[in-house]
Amino acid sequence: MKPTVSKDKRPVNLDLGSMQLPITAYVSITHRLSGVFLFLVSGLMVWALDTSLRSEEGFNSVASTLTMPLSKAILWLIASALSYHALSGVKHIIMDFGIGETMQGGVTGARIVIALAICLAVFWGVVIW
Amino acid sequence: MVTQVTSFSRSGLSDWLIQRVTSLILLAYFICLAGILLGGVDYGAWKAMHDTTAMRIFTLLAAMSLAAHAWIGLWAVYTDYLTERMLGPRGNLIRRFCQLGTVLALVIYLLWVIEILWG
Repeated sequence: MKPTVSKDKRPVNLDLGSMQLPITAYVSITHRLSGVFLFLVSGLMVWALDTSLRSEEGFNSVASTLTMPLSKAILWLIASALSYHALSGVKHIIMDFGIGETMQGGVTGARIVIALAICLAVFWGVVIW
Repeated sequence: MVTQVTSFSRSGLSDWLIQRVTSLILLAYFICLAGILLGGVDYGAWKAMHDTTAMRIFTLLAAMSLAAHAWIGLWAVYTDYLTERMLGPRGNLIRRFCQLGTVLALVIYLLWVIEILWG
């Protein structure tokens, strides 16, 4: 017996919010979010390079700014976002070479990225505070 | 309908390759930078290092890579989320406005880095 579902009953839009996303999706979205964040703070990095190279006072003012609690938090956020973005980017390139392209490989890769990113975030925390 | 005129190289294949090459340059640059900063550096050493031709080329290469990498990356994000389907009839206008602002910022950062290194 053939299914009798009419064409109209087929879902038109897939509602992503209605389903549980796999870990690979979260790693991908976070890669994008961290990329957008890094673009937004890239001006800050150029400013720090400019000020630190302009004069000894500038260098010291950047160094002393980075001892303030808020600056430390921002620096930690930038370092952690950069580490995460780099790790998931390297995963992308490894997958471009055909390694870990299966469903299970993708999940394993995503887990490794998260684990290493947490390790690096903790490392930056220890270095900064 | 999303047109390709605002992509970096107007070719998806070329953008794909540029995205990966620039990512490796940025990875090398930030690993070196992290190594230098973790080792501890004073103004004299920091300044002297950035006065060498090799470091100037490396920094400029990283800045150029950042500009291209962010252009391609944000193009991918904008053309996915800032669309007429997601935002309504003004979607394309909003996306082009964001792309224009992004590219302008990236070009300014690049010129700024050149000014820092050789100014």
